Amino acid sequence: MQNKPTYKRFGERAILIAWDTEISVAVSEDILRFQNKILKDKKEHILDIIAAYTSLTIVFKEEIKDFEKIVLELQTIYEAVFLSVKIQKYIWEIPVCYHNEFGIDLQEMAQYSGLETSEIIKIHSEKIYNIHFIGFLPGFLYLGGLDKRIYFNRKENPRLKVPKGSVAIGGKQTGIYPTETSGGWQIIGKSPVNFFNINNKQPCFAKAGDFVKFTSISKAAYHLLKKEVDENLYKLSKTLYDD
Amino acid sequence: MMIKVLKAGFYSAIQDKGRFGFANIGMPIAGVMDSYAANIANHVLHNNLANAVLEIAFNNAVFQFINATQICISGADFSAKINGKLVKLNAIINVKKDDVLSFGTIKFGARTYVAVAGGFQSETILGSRSMFKEITKTSQLKNGDVLLFQEQIHLRNPLNASIKVNKNYFEDDKLICFKGPEFDLLSEKQQHKLCNANFSISNDINRMGFRLNERLENTLSGIVTSAVLPGTVQLTPSGKLIVLMKDCQVTGGYPRILQLKENSLGKLAQKKPTDKICFVLH
Repeated sequence: MQNKPTYKRFGERAILIAWDTEISVAVSEDILRFQNKILKDKKEHILDIIAAYTSLTIVFKEEIKDFEKIVLELQTIYEAVFLSVKIQKYIWEIPVCYHNEFGIDLQEMAQYSGLETSEIIKIHSEKIYNIHFIGFLPGFLYLGGLDKRIYFNRKENPRLKVPKGSVAIGGKQTGIYPTETSGGWQIIGKSPVNFFNINNKQPCFAKAGDFVKFTSISKAAYHLLKKEVDENLYKLSKTLYDD
Repeated sequence: MMIKVLKAGFYSAIQDKGRFGFANIGMPIAGVMDSYAANIANHVLHNNLANAVLEIAFNNAVFQFINATQICISGADFSAKINGKLVKLNAIINVKKDDVLSFGTIKFGARTYVAVAGGFQSETILGSRSMFKEITKTSQLKNGDVLLFQEQIHLRNPLNASIKVNKNYFEDDKLICFKGPEFDLLSEKQQHKLCNANFSISNDINRMGFRLNERLENTLSGIVTSAVLPGTVQLTPSGKLIVLMKDCQVTGGYPRILQLKENSLGKLAQKKPTDKICFVLH
């Protein structure tokens, strides 16, 4: 059980709920559970809800008139026994090509760390990462669980253009750039998968609480899958997570 | 019913209230930068306030009406003209087929809004028509684009529909704020400077955020990535302040030291580089 969160007013119509704790899977689960309870009980009053590592921000449709009263209501929701339908969590298998052509920082990272590029790839693709939340860009997954051996500082000078699909490491985090953007993370590979597609009923296939596993693929396989993705024929592989 | 974009100018786009309910997939809100002005334009025409309007930043845009309709222009004064003749702001304007609407000299403000009777009918993505990079087909209008609107059967009498807008809205340099989540981590000296000094708008302004010129000594480290909102004032490691605007990301890692009231966010959207502002606690 986590420490109880604290409540802060955040402008005219938002409340920031913060957990005074380290980032962990347990606190992320507590946040998601609370988010789902709030959405179940107060959905008609809520404009947006923003989950992050150790916080949950609720934006209400109306201006907050009585902050204390709303906090009391939220506390009651937090404490209440939650008999929810169990939310199904998936492990998404994400193909990544770690070839030098895509993993443009791998050589430098290997020199810096003393690891072989193949070791970095092996360590990166062995782990199962949990999705703490989605932010920064539409479809950008904040992943937890990176192995300490492959923590790498961000680049001193961020690149103006990081290609869409780039898989990268920034400090203690790893992630996939869902669109072309500027960015300072060390790029280790590229995935052909679309993390955000406005034409789909669910623009982002994954959700906070799900898991990601990277699978190393060849350059030939990358191009083949990329073609399938572009033609909308590719189907991601997922397995049900049993906890 | 159509309007043709003859000249898109510096920035023209279709915007409404924005996209809500998709922060959990990282979707920025977007929407009109100055809701107060956009609301007036819709209100004068008896439109629904949620109707999409045309947002024009700075001047030099030119449009031609392929069909007759009624419009209302509100927000910044860019010397709007129909067929070369100045027209009133915040009032119903009858436009005829082939009329040309143009904007010229900036008199005050930075963003003007054109509402059309019944609202613009562009593509709706995730519940909003607000243009946004890689979400809608285009992020801003370009020369030759065509904007659609609905035919209006019941036109209003333009003589008795106008609103007097206090010009103070555009000149006032005071932005009313709440304390941000990390305000209390600032020293008393920093808090005092933040709420008493004058700041000025830098050249680095866009729909994601406005950077300010002056620095506030910064002793805080970053925060664990957490929610940010339009109107959040972030303190960057260099001590420069960024006020987040409507296209901002949903999360960020800089301390959030103030949160602008929504009305003040609209006021800020009407500021130009070098304009002065000051933060006043609510």
